[in-house]
Amino acid sequence: MSIRGKAYIAGAWEHPTRKAPDKSLAQLHAEMAKGALDDAGLSFDDVDGYLCAGDAPGMGSIGMAEYMGLNLRYIDNTETGGSSYVVHVGHAAAAIAAGKCDVALITLAGKPRSAGIARNRNPARGGGGETPEASFEGIYGPSTANMYGMAAMRHMHEFGTTSEQLAWIKVAASHHAQHNEHALLPNVVTVEEVLESPIISDPLHRLDCCVITDGGGGLVVVRPEIAKQLERPPVKILGHGEAPKHLNGGRVDLTYSGAVYSGPIAFEEAGVKPSDMDYASIYDSFTITVLETLEDLGFCEKGQGGRFVADGNLISGQGSLPFNTDGGGLCNNHPANRGGMTKVIEAVRQLRGQAHPAVQVPNCRLALAHGTGGSLGTRMGSSTLIMEAEA
Amino acid sequence: MSETPKVPTPRVNPETKPFWDATQEGKFLIKHCNACSEHYWYPRTMCPLCHSTDTTWRQSSGRGKIYSYSVMRRAPVPYAMAFVTLEEGITVMTNIVDCDLDSIAIDQPVRVIFRQSEDGAAVPYFTPA
Ligand SMILES: [Zn+2]
Repeated sequence: MSIRGKAYIAGAWEHPTRKAPDKSLAQLHAEMAKGALDDAGLSFDDVDGYLCAGDAPGMGSIGMAEYMGLNLRYIDNTETGGSSYVVHVGHAAAAIAAGKCDVALITLAGKPRSAGIARNRNPARGGGGETPEASFEGIYGPSTANMYGMAAMRHMHEFGTTSEQLAWIKVAASHHAQHNEHALLPNVVTVEEVLESPIISDPLHRLDCCVITDGGGGLVVVRPEIAKQLERPPVKILGHGEAPKHLNGGRVDLTYSGAVYSGPIAFEEAGVKPSDMDYASIYDSFTITVLETLEDLGFCEKGQGGRFVADGNLISGQGSLPFNTDGGGLCNNHPANRGGMTKVIEAVRQLRGQAHPAVQVPNCRLALAHGTGGSLGTRMGSSTLIMEAEA
Repeated sequence: MSETPKVPTPRVNPETKPFWDATQEGKFLIKHCNACSEHYWYPRTMCPLCHSTDTTWRQSSGRGKIYSYSVMRRAPVPYAMAFVTLEEGITVMTNIVDCDLDSIAIDQPVRVIFRQSEDGAAVPYFTPA
């Protein structure tokens, strides 16, 4: 059974906040739900499926169903880190295709900016609790920045990728963010400014890293019959893939991500290929995440990512592959340290023709959203979603 | 030279106790699978490559070379994260210590050393060979 054409994204909403110290986590989830349902033209009473990740309060979907007063016949707490929400769209489409629900709501909310996580530069050692690798990894102080740093360092060693090439990814994101009134970093930056920003962990500079923000968003996935009754331009789900990538018993290769597995599954189900894509939302926790993912999804040859992203090739209206036209996690928003939700939302905006006019891709018909949860340096959950604007 | 960070105490469980007993004697053990004849890391009872539980501990030479590294410059005390590929062919996470952090390079030969935690555990690190 395929999900191709069996479900549509009817609602997509990104919370405008980037710092919300005066709100509870559950309250924010409910605001995401209301925003996405309003966008779709549906109500809480229409929802019979709900999906969230493991970070939602109160056993995820159970606690949130109670808080929001949802009557559900389908629940899913799948946790793959920041890619969870890309996974959730695929799972919602499969559930709808199987008749398990008609209207599936997905929410993400979090407040790392309020909590001051941005200031944590010294990861605790020995953590990880009962995870089997804790005493063989956690004691050495792995952090997000130094693990992605090791991936970048190895990619540079094997393929000659440069910091200048990585910087172009931030530059492209900043060109898009200047048009987003909610972007945390709305100023255009240059390659030189990225290279002059302080090193966080070799070879990654501060401007190679995503922003840390409060907020989140919501999505509504529905049966085709329901989508066609609604006013929003329907966005059809064509294909979805998901897969873990891990250290494979110590056979470590940091030059590729789980997108090598999730991408082909999604493209095959959708019946399209990378060169068909008019727009791509690529998970951008760091610049290196984008570079490896573009290679892994087949937008360019392995090792050629540096050349592919250079000279503005990712800038809408200028390059061959417009990416992250909201400014992405690198400049706009990375709510709850989880970028998958906003990746799907901006792809939906593009397919509806409702991105900012300065970054809207003309006649955007096919779009991809890709999430990378966990760590590029160890184990990750990757998910690829392909969508189509219905003419 | 790099400063020495406080040595954390590993969390030992029944499955990993032989590893931590051996570090007290200056030995770095890795798991070997008798069914598929492969080494694997991190240590666990079941071989993740063929799923056999016919597995044994072997002593590693403790020598290898750096697969990748990243110096965490923004930490209060900068330190070097690394993956080291052992002579036995498996790659392990570690810190590179007792060296100039700016001298570390991919493919650099390294060897294992052990440091005592406050609780008396012996924790493996790697240093230029
Ligand atoms: Zn085996």
